[in-house]
Amino acid sequence: MKSLYNFIQKFSSLFGKGGKLESLYPIYEMGEGFLFVLPQKTKTGAHIRDSIDMKRFMITAYIAMVPAFFFGIFNAGYQHFLSLGQSATILTILLKGLLIVLPIYLIVLVVGGVWEVLFAVLRKHEINEGFLISSFLIPLIVPPTIPFWQLIAATTFGIVIGKEIFGGVGMNIFNPALVARAFLFFSFPRSISGNSVWTVFGEKTIDTYTAATPLAVVSDTVTNSGGIIQILADKGYTWFNMFLGTIPGSIGETSTLAILLGLLLLLITKTASWRIVISVIAGGFVMTTILNLIAPDSSHIFALPFHYHFVMGGFAFGTAFMATDPVSSSSTRQGKYFYGFLIGAVAILVRTVNPAYPEGMMLAILLMNTFAPLIDHFVVQKNKKRRLKYASQ
Amino acid sequence: MKKFKLRRGYDIKLPGETVRTIEPFTLPNRIAFKPTDFIGMKPRLLIEPGDKVKIGTPLACDKNNEKIKIVSHVNGEVTEIVRGDRRVIQMIVINVDTDQHEKEPEFAINDLSKDSIIDTLLESGLFFNFVQRPFNKMANPADTPRDIFISAMDTAPLAAESSLILQGNESSFQKGLDVLSHLTSGKVRLSFKPEETAFSEFKNCELYNFSGPHPTGNVGVHIHHIAPIRNAHDIVWTCSVQSVIHIGRLYETGILNQEILVKVAGSAVDRRYYHRTVVGAQVSHLVKDLNENSRIISGNVLTGKQIESDGFVGYHDNLVTVIPETTEPEFLGWLNPGFAKPSWWKTFASALLFPNKVRTVDTNMAGGHRALVINDIYEEVVPMSILPSHLIKSILVEDIEEMEALGIYEIAEEDLALCEYICPSKTEFQQIIRQGLDLIEKEG
Repeated sequence: MKSLYNFIQKFSSLFGKGGKLESLYPIYEMGEGFLFVLPQKTKTGAHIRDSIDMKRFMITAYIAMVPAFFFGIFNAGYQHFLSLGQSATILTILLKGLLIVLPIYLIVLVVGGVWEVLFAVLRKHEINEGFLISSFLIPLIVPPTIPFWQLIAATTFGIVIGKEIFGGVGMNIFNPALVARAFLFFSFPRSISGNSVWTVFGEKTIDTYTAATPLAVVSDTVTNSGGIIQILADKGYTWFNMFLGTIPGSIGETSTLAILLGLLLLLITKTASWRIVISVIAGGFVMTTILNLIAPDSSHIFALPFHYHFVMGGFAFGTAFMATDPVSSSSTRQGKYFYGFLIGAVAILVRTVNPAYPEGMMLAILLMNTFAPLIDHFVVQKNKKRRLKYASQ
Repeated sequence: MKKFKLRRGYDIKLPGETVRTIEPFTLPNRIAFKPTDFIGMKPRLLIEPGDKVKIGTPLACDKNNEKIKIVSHVNGEVTEIVRGDRRVIQMIVINVDTDQHEKEPEFAINDLSKDSIIDTLLESGLFFNFVQRPFNKMANPADTPRDIFISAMDTAPLAAESSLILQGNESSFQKGLDVLSHLTSGKVRLSFKPEETAFSEFKNCELYNFSGPHPTGNVGVHIHHIAPIRNAHDIVWTCSVQSVIHIGRLYETGILNQEILVKVAGSAVDRRYYHRTVVGAQVSHLVKDLNENSRIISGNVLTGKQIESDGFVGYHDNLVTVIPETTEPEFLGWLNPGFAKPSWWKTFASALLFPNKVRTVDTNMAGGHRALVINDIYEEVVPMSILPSHLIKSILVEDIEEMEALGIYEIAEEDLALCEYICPSKTEFQQIIRQGLDLIEKEG
């Protein structure tokens, strides 16, 4: 590997200060930094540093999303054949899934990458690893039938308006992937809601296939003596298959199991704040309990218990990968409790109370992204007041 | 006695611990004074190369207050003045005479009024032992500090043991405490580890116990928990165990004796002992068998200054740490599960499976500089109620009111050094704090 390193070093003067390609230095730095951890010495301050860097941090977050990604590939193919009423081998299912999901991922990666490189070169800063995460998140939160041109527009909007205009990674207020999804939701609502977008259909669909997502099912006002759980079961949705994820939905959101595996990695490695995760679950649980108590009857959506809410829609995915985004969430430890709690509570509230939005998680997180600085402000004020108190003694 | 058990912080486990043996006293061939060791001093030379100096000869004085002087504590000859950028005086180097038995000058030690003590300390050059908070700079002799804090515990990686520094100097230390008590309107406050009971016998001071991971030993942490700094004019002075011993010796005998204990540690040097020598000793006198490609640091790995192999130990330092320089690139290193990588974070197998193992650390930055992304982890290594990332950001935007409100008067660079160590964005915390302190002193 020394020869590869020496080979790359030959170009350092070309891209360095005064070199002919100096403006393209961010690309050189990205390539060099991707291939090697460089023997760069500490110059000022502490002489030794922790082995961690942002690449390591981001790669851990990336690995955590891989189970959901792989399951999403499988599920896209699986739902397709389920809707056709055909049985297929695992291999066929996976191939079909790859054909559906890979183009979506590649488009987001390329479009996002182009914008990231452009801004890095124009603004003269390094290419940030954060774009690896955003570009992995966007494919996971769109339906498998999303039209490519809409995807390109949404990715552009998410990266540029959601992140770059604020100054890039570390400066954004909103979660860029959610900004992209919100863009899709409000600009092309028919591509991202309703009952027909969550499965890649074939030439025909069998009657017994439920194309509606579980959330859409519970949003319909139907009465059933068995209660809301029976309503779901009648359409083929048991807690277990919703937990496993063999249901229609956005590519990465369906399998709570896969998401939880990733969440476990994030928590063990301290890459995600456990404070946020616990608080989101607590907020969702409290709000659900309140709604359960005031539910008019057992078929009403208010009666849906929390462990069902958790495996339906984007709640689990949002808890694990969106609410925990360190930049757009509250930056203080105490603030995170409020931030997370309100996300969980608002997500449940939007789902159950507003018929126009079966999914509330995205909106809840974007809303709390807006309020995160305010929450932090109060925590910082508390710190300042404490200091003022002993300053006046 | 008040006892504090602090939880936040982190002990970096470095190899290269020193044998607990003290080598007998040796006089180095050369010593040097570095005016840059005294933050806030603007030196004006009083000698030039070739001049002969004796114990007590002033070498340089502060341009703003001529009574603040760098004073020689050896007999010898000035060999060179080393200057850096913009002709800043970096070093005054003195060849030490082998014959040190000329009659030493005696300093006035009978008058124990505050003014007289300050004058004697200025005359003998010992005044530099006082570092003031806020601003973490050289103290001002015109001030009367509200308290004087002494940290008799250094929790930095591989730091010298305070009990060993004290050993044999107990009476001088007590004398020093007595002298210091005249300088403050408040008290002399001495903090030490519960197990170092040698310090519990001292009088004329308030005693405190602190235990916990680094930076529990930092004097700034002690001040924060005992009697925090309230504003820019709430002045306290700090000094080290070694400084108190020097002052005590002066007031016991009238003679200036700046013999110190220096610990040599670190994995890149083979012979590691405690050495008795004098302040400002040339490091080649103490460090033998240096490994190739090593970095010599006067001080500890977090806050110390790099010196050359022919460089000199800093005025305030009791420790020389020698660690390997980083040399090899690592292919796809960030993907490595990292069974042998030192880290506070749990993203490496080493930290997950064997967090307490001692690992070799070199001088690798381990990543490029990025924007501050994760904000709330820094509090976990700062045992004070400070919000480090918010403070840093307020300094970067030069918001003076915000800096004040967030507690910049309470901290020094060394208090946030661990934040710099663990930061994945490689933010230069210490440098930014220094900029903030300089800025607010000027404009606050």
